[in-house]
Amino acid sequence: MQAYKKQPLSLALLIAVSLAALLTVVILLSLIAYILIKGIPNLSIDLFAWTYTTENVSMTPAIINTITMTLLSLLIAVPIGVFSAIYLVEYARRGNKLVKVVRLTAETLSGIPSIVYGLFGYLMFSIALGWGYCLLAGALTMAIMILPLIMRTTEEALKAVPDTYREGSFGLGAGRLRTVFRIVLPSAMPGISAGIILAIGRIVGETAALIYTAGTVAGIPKNLLGSGRTLAIHMYALLNEGLYMEQAYATAVVLLVMVVGINALSSFIARRVGTKEEIR
Amino acid sequence: MKHFKENFMHIVFLVCACVCIVSVALICIFLFANGIPAIAEIGVFKFLLGTSWKPSNGIYGIFPMILGSIYVTAGAILIGVPLGLLCAIFMARFCPKKLYRILKPAIELLAGIPSIVYGFFGLVVIVPIMQNIFGVGKSILTASILLGIMILPTIIGVSESAIRAVPNSYYEGALALGATHERAVFFSLLPAARSGITAGIILGVGRAIGETMAVVMVAGNQPVIPEGILSGVRTMTANIVLEMGYAADLHREALIATGVVLFVFILLINLCFSLVKKEDARANRKKQPRSRIGKRCHQPAEPDAADASL
Repeated sequence: MQAYKKQPLSLALLIAVSLAALLTVVILLSLIAYILIKGIPNLSIDLFAWTYTTENVSMTPAIINTITMTLLSLLIAVPIGVFSAIYLVEYARRGNKLVKVVRLTAETLSGIPSIVYGLFGYLMFSIALGWGYCLLAGALTMAIMILPLIMRTTEEALKAVPDTYREGSFGLGAGRLRTVFRIVLPSAMPGISAGIILAIGRIVGETAALIYTAGTVAGIPKNLLGSGRTLAIHMYALLNEGLYMEQAYATAVVLLVMVVGINALSSFIARRVGTKEEIR
Repeated sequence: MKHFKENFMHIVFLVCACVCIVSVALICIFLFANGIPAIAEIGVFKFLLGTSWKPSNGIYGIFPMILGSIYVTAGAILIGVPLGLLCAIFMARFCPKKLYRILKPAIELLAGIPSIVYGFFGLVVIVPIMQNIFGVGKSILTASILLGIMILPTIIGVSESAIRAVPNSYYEGALALGATHERAVFFSLLPAARSGITAGIILGVGRAIGETMAVVMVAGNQPVIPEGILSGVRTMTANIVLEMGYAADLHREALIATGVVLFVFILLINLCFSLVKKEDARANRKKQPRSRIGKRCHQPAEPDAADASL
């Protein structure tokens, strides 16, 4: 502390960085605390009733739609994302032109804002293919949106598998395909699943890309070609109507808890992978 | 048979890798094919530089929205970058290891909160506060503050890893010349991490300009050229989300064309980002000292973790 007396600039800088970090944490905490404190008293069992009515804006249909949407999007995006990562890491030769193009397009995809995805999904699935607003259109849009995320996390997980594993497998006479599926993928699994869970968080929290693809109908559709709103859209609709502020608070709590839980799970898995690698 | 299976799966993997390319191509085709005719019908200059947006009268000028997006983004950068950069410096060079274990997940959490929840928070907390102080709740200022908070995790993540990527010899050299810890970090490490930090800021710009749901809630959404920092504003994203639900014919196409303009903005930002990143990679290669005597100093683990928040 004595040293700082002669260095007012250093002291000022130290204070500035500490304050900035403190402010960031305070913002985060106040956001979470505010929503929890205001929202939890508004949570009631009625809000989880099976059907949505204008008197009781239940969020159960929205939660079920969110789950359907998540599963459907993952079903499409995970195989494609994992397979393309396998191609990039295990199959493509060094300096392959195609790899460069794929990387570039993946980067482009991850920079596109969700409203543009929404527009694209609306134009392609709802209009050009004539599906109208439906869960399937929303899921396909979301699948494209999370594809770069899954690809990148899988790529990183595959690259983290030591080459000795592959060499050992080849040495025992296994082909490339068997090596990938029996040796490389299982050891990269934790990293891949952390990425998938991160993608789930994206889907659950997404609004702009889904309003004009999945639509805003507040019920559970009979099939995948029916419209249904996810929890995030449900919350947007409640806020837009302006009559259901208390229910919006409650929905915000559910949404926040879900997303925070999903993120915590993802970083927990990722961290466990990290410690395992150190042991190795 | 075995060869067949190998080759077949090879092709499957190859096809999957091409899905990304196909998706980008499809997005471009659908947006441009639907948006360009509308722009042509309205007239390029009338559309881009027209100052009034009155769909009911057939007047479609998105200049107020373009300005709105730029103002709000600039405001978010003014608020988010200093705060985020200082926070990143704290995390990279000042933070005790124990605190880091709490701080890092907290920042990641900030990145994971859905934009609709941010928008809600802005609507019920920031807007009333602004109303009390300035008499106007929904304004450029409010939207800038909220967006500034939202881009924090991006800026912090990328800047932190950029600062960490600077070789420690820079820091040690500065110390050896008699600099304090703070001076060494700010005047030796920070300039060396410049291009990485720039990449982070560009990424933040991209996120801010594309943000929709949070901005809709707090920006006021008047489609007129804002008079000052306290007047309401409508961004391009808000324009699409607000009117797409009931628009028809040329109005709908004009909205899609708004999306095209936004998309072009994003593509330009992406281009800047990849150029800066290339520059950064080259600079980093140059910076690496020829002989490294192993890593020292108290660097916490996971230097690459910041990439995950992109």
